[in-house]
Amino acid sequence: MNKNSNTYQILYAAVMVLLVGTFLAFIYMILKPKQDENIANDKRMQILSAINVNSEPESLKDDFARYIVAEYIVNEQGEIVDSAANVAFSIDMKSNVKLQQRKLPVFMCRLDDGAVKYVLPVYGAGLWGPIWGYISVDSDAATIFGTSFSHESETPGLGARITEDLFQQQFIGKQIVKDGAFTSIEVVKRGQKSLSGADYVDAISGATITSRGVGAMLDDCLKYYEPFLKKIADSNQTLTVEEN
Amino acid sequence: MLSKRNKEVLFNPLSKDNPVLVQILGICSTLAVTANLEPAIVMGISVIAVLAFSNVIISLIRKTIPASIRIIVQLVVVATLVIMVQQFLIAYDYDVSKQLSVFIGLIITNCILMGRLEAFALNNRPWESFLDGIGNGLGYAAILVIVAFFRELLGSGTLFGFQVIPQFCYDHGYMNNGLMILPPMALITVACIIWVHRARNKELQES
Repeated sequence: MNKNSNTYQILYAAVMVLLVGTFLAFIYMILKPKQDENIANDKRMQILSAINVNSEPESLKDDFARYIVAEYIVNEQGEIVDSAANVAFSIDMKSNVKLQQRKLPVFMCRLDDGAVKYVLPVYGAGLWGPIWGYISVDSDAATIFGTSFSHESETPGLGARITEDLFQQQFIGKQIVKDGAFTSIEVVKRGQKSLSGADYVDAISGATITSRGVGAMLDDCLKYYEPFLKKIADSNQTLTVEEN
Repeated sequence: MLSKRNKEVLFNPLSKDNPVLVQILGICSTLAVTANLEPAIVMGISVIAVLAFSNVIISLIRKTIPASIRIIVQLVVVATLVIMVQQFLIAYDYDVSKQLSVFIGLIITNCILMGRLEAFALNNRPWESFLDGIGNGLGYAAILVIVAFFRELLGSGTLFGFQVIPQFCYDHGYMNNGLMILPPMALITVACIIWVHRARNKELQES
């Protein structure tokens, strides 16, 4: 057969693509369970990292079970609608943020000293792809206790630095609720201040769009939790009054 | 198994015909993945595997490939192998796959691969092509490891993530050189290696 005839070339390309496609699909199917497990473990690691627990891969599942004492879904009125096991963990934030009525996952954590923290997932857009993270708030439902951010494809050395401690530790101690109203946390250029009076952190120089993305993500995802946070704050207030 | 010619095919790329030092190919990924040793080694191994097997596959089917679509065929073979490596990394070494993220995918565009496929595998038998792939992959990986060694040591004071520069030095005013972490210093490190290499191999010097 003439190797340079059009028929040969088209057939050659078609057969090659078909073979390769089938082969890759096969590989993907075999590896999928293992990959899913890695991704789930990575998610557990990030959630623990948001309450400043650095777990080792070997003890990850035990740690997760020990610190995360409850997980549930709240609605936009702040009421718990579902508290079955694994219900918050199995939420895929990517599709969840597109819903008209978002499900709002909450992970309730108890640290070794008995302090209760609430971990809230956030999801947004960076420069090249999605960014996401977990924010833990104190039981006063306003002060940030810890954060962990991740990204899919931000620029290494620039946008990718949102995963570094230097950036994340800025959030610790900031207030997302001020005088009973949700204010979020703004990410502003170094040396500037927030105009609205909200708490703010320094952006990463050279990564303006990723930094803005973090700010927008916090505002967009956390604002739905306002009624829920208010409820926690109120219940705590009554508790302290009773104690007095 | 290893005739004189095969030895040359295997060992020349390590020094006299090194893809990075002499042909100056694959520089982009050399800059990107060498801030730490571990990703550099994984990247090196991945390139060795992809290069060796794509060389073999192309060499096996070299007589059937129509000349006018040969680059596409090469790309498909390389891309398939790269996706395989990527999927295996996600399954078995998730942390490294996160660190290397886009760079594994960019092996597809690594000039060394296309260069070897086009220049060697299309005209040689599978065994020689395999050796050529291993040799060039090793030549590339060796430079990655050397560069990463210096960058991690001077930039972070660690090797494989373990602290090697004692606290004692930091107490007396030693500081990590943050510039080593940034890509420009990788370029300068590679340049220094090329300098030393040429100084020792007079026949490589251009007048």
